[in-house]
Amino acid sequence: MNQVFTIVGTAMTIHLPAELDHHSSEQIQVEADRLIRTHNIRSLLFDFGGTSFMDSSGIGMIIGRYKMMRFMGGNVLAIRVSEQMRRILTMSGIYKVIDIYEGMPQQSELY
Amino acid sequence: MQNEMKLEFDSRSCNESFARVTVAAFLTQLDPTLEEVSDVKTAVSEAVTNAIIHGYEGRVEKVTILCRLEGRELYVEVRDEGKGIADVALAMEPLFTTKEECDRAGMGFSFMEAFMDSLEVESAPGQGTCVKMRKRIGREAGDGGGAGKEGSLGSSRAECMEKVKQERS
Repeated sequence: MNQVFTIVGTAMTIHLPAELDHHSSEQIQVEADRLIRTHNIRSLLFDFGGTSFMDSSGIGMIIGRYKMMRFMGGNVLAIRVSEQMRRILTMSGIYKVIDIYEGMPQQSELY
Repeated sequence: MQNEMKLEFDSRSCNESFARVTVAAFLTQLDPTLEEVSDVKTAVSEAVTNAIIHGYEGRVEKVTILCRLEGRELYVEVRDEGKGIADVALAMEPLFTTKEECDRAGMGFSFMEAFMDSLEVESAPGQGTCVKMRKRIGREAGDGGGAGKEGSLGSSRAECMEKVKQERS
């Protein structure tokens, strides 16, 4: 994965790394927050397509971005979520506030 | 058979992945399922991250992991010589965190509890922290899995923080 962030209009996708822990979460969050602000992002997609490990630091990073997006009136989705990652997202309770998709959502579901 | 290993490394965040992968590699001797490996990696990652963020608060010192295979059981001990925890019971409350501004979810100990069979925390201010965890590998069919506790953190963050605050006062 050579590009971490993809922006189309006001939707931004964050292509998460293979292992989302404290170390990799910290690297993502500063740049993500800057891009959300400067590009007026309204839909934030966390792409788990290449992710096979996540711990509570990853959950913390997602909650932090969720709070920011909610404050700005935007929405947050998790896409291409594997069974293993769904387990962690479910345990954390975060599935109650963000929509989780096994595949890619339709364009109409983004806004 | 009993088999033991000890690992010591600097408290740098880049070593979190090294630590959990090393424990997972040691564990392969018990022929664990992918889910069991994943459970152990997550639990070790939580304990090591706590040592780095909370124990040493960014200072670079040593984290040690002691790992023992006792029959079909894995024993893992993650130890730091850092700040220590004043109120262990409070620290273990779901969603409790002292570093909310750093995007900490407050779920570290809950994840360790959920993914391992037992969790014990020894700590005192200035005395460092030692997290001791056990997990039986290779359950019989129908024995239930490690993560049958889904939704155990179900209530909202705000509710839980409120509950914790009330209990403290």
